[in-house]
Amino acid sequence: MKTEDFCKMISRGKPGPGDGGNTGSWRVLRPVINLELCIPVKTNKRACFNCWLYCPDSVVSKTIPPVINFDYCKGCGICAEECPVNAISMVDEATPIDEEK
Amino acid sequence: MHIIESGNVAAATGVKLSRAQVIAAYPITPQTPLTEKLSEFVESGEFEAEYIPVESEHSAMGVCIAASTAGARAFTATSANGLLYMSEQLHWAVGARLPLVMCVANRGIGAPWTVWNDQQDSMSQRDAGWIQLYANDHQQIIDTVIKAFLLAQTVSIPVMVCYDGYLLSHTYMPFDQPDQGDVDSFLPTFSPENFLNPEDPGNFNPVTLPDVRPGVDGKMEPGYIEIRHNLHHDLRSSIEVYGEIDSEYEEKFGRGGNPFIEKYKCEDAEFVAVCIGSLSYQLRDVIDIMRDSGTRVGVMGVQMYRPFPDEAIADALSGKKCVIVFEKALSYGNQGPLYGDIKSALYCSDDKPPIHNYILGLGGREIRTQHLLDALTDSCGSPETFGDTPRWIGLKL
Amino acid sequence: MWFPGNFRRHPPLDWAETLKKNIMEKKTTILNLTEEEFVHPGNRACSGCGLSIIYRIGLKALGRNTILVVPPSCLTVLQGLYPVASTQLPCVNVTFASTGAAATGVRGAMRALKKENVNVVAWAGDGGTADIGIQALSGACERGEDIIYICYDNEAYMNTGVQRSGTTPQGVLTTTTPIKGKLQEKKDVPAIIAAHGIGYVATASAAYPLDFYDKVKKATTLSGPRYIHVHTPCPPGWSFDSRYTIKVGKLAVKSGLFDLYEIENGEFKLTGESKRLVGKDKPPVNDYFNSQGRFKSLDEEMVKKVQAQVDAKWAGYDA
Repeated sequence: MKTEDFCKMISRGKPGPGDGGNTGSWRVLRPVINLELCIPVKTNKRACFNCWLYCPDSVVSKTIPPVINFDYCKGCGICAEECPVNAISMVDEATPIDEEK
Repeated sequence: MHIIESGNVAAATGVKLSRAQVIAAYPITPQTPLTEKLSEFVESGEFEAEYIPVESEHSAMGVCIAASTAGARAFTATSANGLLYMSEQLHWAVGARLPLVMCVANRGIGAPWTVWNDQQDSMSQRDAGWIQLYANDHQQIIDTVIKAFLLAQTVSIPVMVCYDGYLLSHTYMPFDQPDQGDVDSFLPTFSPENFLNPEDPGNFNPVTLPDVRPGVDGKMEPGYIEIRHNLHHDLRSSIEVYGEIDSEYEEKFGRGGNPFIEKYKCEDAEFVAVCIGSLSYQLRDVIDIMRDSGTRVGVMGVQMYRPFPDEAIADALSGKKCVIVFEKALSYGNQGPLYGDIKSALYCSDDKPPIHNYILGLGGREIRTQHLLDALTDSCGSPETFGDTPRWIGLKL
Repeated sequence: MWFPGNFRRHPPLDWAETLKKNIMEKKTTILNLTEEEFVHPGNRACSGCGLSIIYRIGLKALGRNTILVVPPSCLTVLQGLYPVASTQLPCVNVTFASTGAAATGVRGAMRALKKENVNVVAWAGDGGTADIGIQALSGACERGEDIIYICYDNEAYMNTGVQRSGTTPQGVLTTTTPIKGKLQEKKDVPAIIAAHGIGYVATASAAYPLDFYDKVKKATTLSGPRYIHVHTPCPPGWSFDSRYTIKVGKLAVKSGLFDLYEIENGEFKLTGESKRLVGKDKPPVNDYFNSQGRFKSLDEEMVKKVQAQVDAKWAGYDA
């Protein structure tokens, strides 16, 4: 039988992040968490995490405090809208990042 | 073991011997008895396979595509409009490089409805990228089905095994049924490198870009055009592979030796008739009659139509006084598809014969031996007086 | 950009109470929902995509031992362009009309290869389910195939740029119903699937991901065809700001337009938020319509008609 290897090329994607590139660059508004209001931070308990649950892009961590991965956060604002204590505000992407509290 | 059965049962038996694991088919005349036989084999416990009675041909091929991607040997069968209904899926199966085997009991295409034989159905799918093999009798049907499974999984390209509806699908002929053990040693288990595997996940057939693109490991991966180029390359290579598979089969089972073209009295022939399918055996009678009256004529049946074995065909036909192509299909508005292919195969030959094209038997119109004799006599008598326009045989206008 | 005026901030959620209640009902809560992610960030889904939310949550419920079947849809884009895949589960992309058949084929292969306990999951949009894919889906349901079929219903052909689909509600502006809005009513796909007599049909909403999680989880414990229809807000297609995906989805449920229910072995029951709405006053459907740009062409008469339909439906539930 012929020894040549056939079918060296099929379209089979391998799992990995960033298929769409650095989707953080899509952002117009950036979510900023006010840690003084954030429930898990305030109570130091694993609680709430609405921002983690509803994030479409799994860029919010389920940690105290919740941390947002800005490489990929598309800035949709769902976390801000769903935060029960209004701890997240959407600020202009042009605002310097060190304003985060 | 010799048995007398229909062509459809010969095909079904070949599928059983090849241990297809997932079978999905939708009934359509004249393929239906093949499907019925397979369901009977499975339901009786004689054949361990998943038989899935789908709701359409499009779904039949959908089941086969997915089952094959998941690592199972899959089979389907159809005819005519059923084949056309799965056309999109045919292209998909090729692009996904799935080693499916499908039998096509050739039938004319509607409208208007016809259930009878011609070869317009599979011919119209010749550019999909499937390997197309044609069988001329029941023995060739069962042998070709078994070889097709090995060819498909060797080159990762699906194979269509075509045979004439009614003329072969519904007639009864004796044929040898190979032993299961022999088939098992000829055809190894299907164990693909790439399959749907939760332990090694991959996304199969995603949107693929016009250009190359780095993967997650930084390695550059092909774009669409590279993948398609690779398909064409492998398809061309499968001519040689099929030759080797045929030799292996001949060694084991004692039948074969003509994987691409089957010649009858061609060696010393000045004139050669060419066709596809069972018509080539009918033409043998005509050849014999003409030989008796002193015309040195032979007939050649084309067994592998895609990829087109152009070298073998050019070798066989260059230097002849005339080549006469009989076809049960037409590229409407142009000429017979086989005629065009043979013409292009001979284009580079130093000794190009004139080529004639006859269209006949569409929608099952009876092909009378006298008609074939008249046409051949006509062509052999005046090889130079033909244009590209195909002549029709047996028209009653 | 259009901005809704009728959203009021809800009072802070009493999460402790909700948690207690959910534990009593053995429902999944935010706190016990697995942190393991199966969808990579940085994919090509739009900002605020409702599908992204349910896909992420749904895969958590399905787990790694799952094979996905996906026809052309927004999910094809989300899944990634070769050679990068945004999903960590094996997936086969199939032709538009063949999803139900392809899932059948994967399951057939699993049986033939004696691979047990793999979730075979078809995940398609409303076009791929209600329209071009309904034949293959109906065939699979009738044959009793052992598959889970999830339809994310964003109520139009979003991937091709918001054309009407069989599940687009009446009056909605799409790019193929650009002036008067869609003339016909929404096709009731879960009812069509339920008519096949399959063991499990459920509806869910992207705005209630935990309810969806529990339904997918339940589906994995059952066999035969299982169908889950998920109402999935789409910010660009429905024309609302991406931050309101959850709010818009919730309003569809709270106003009584889209109901969360399960039909298990023929028995219909409202679930989750819809169950809580029984006997309660609901916001008018017009609040929902006003939250999006796509209902702009609705006239008063149409709004009244829809409100009357919703009221009649709920009169039945309340009784």
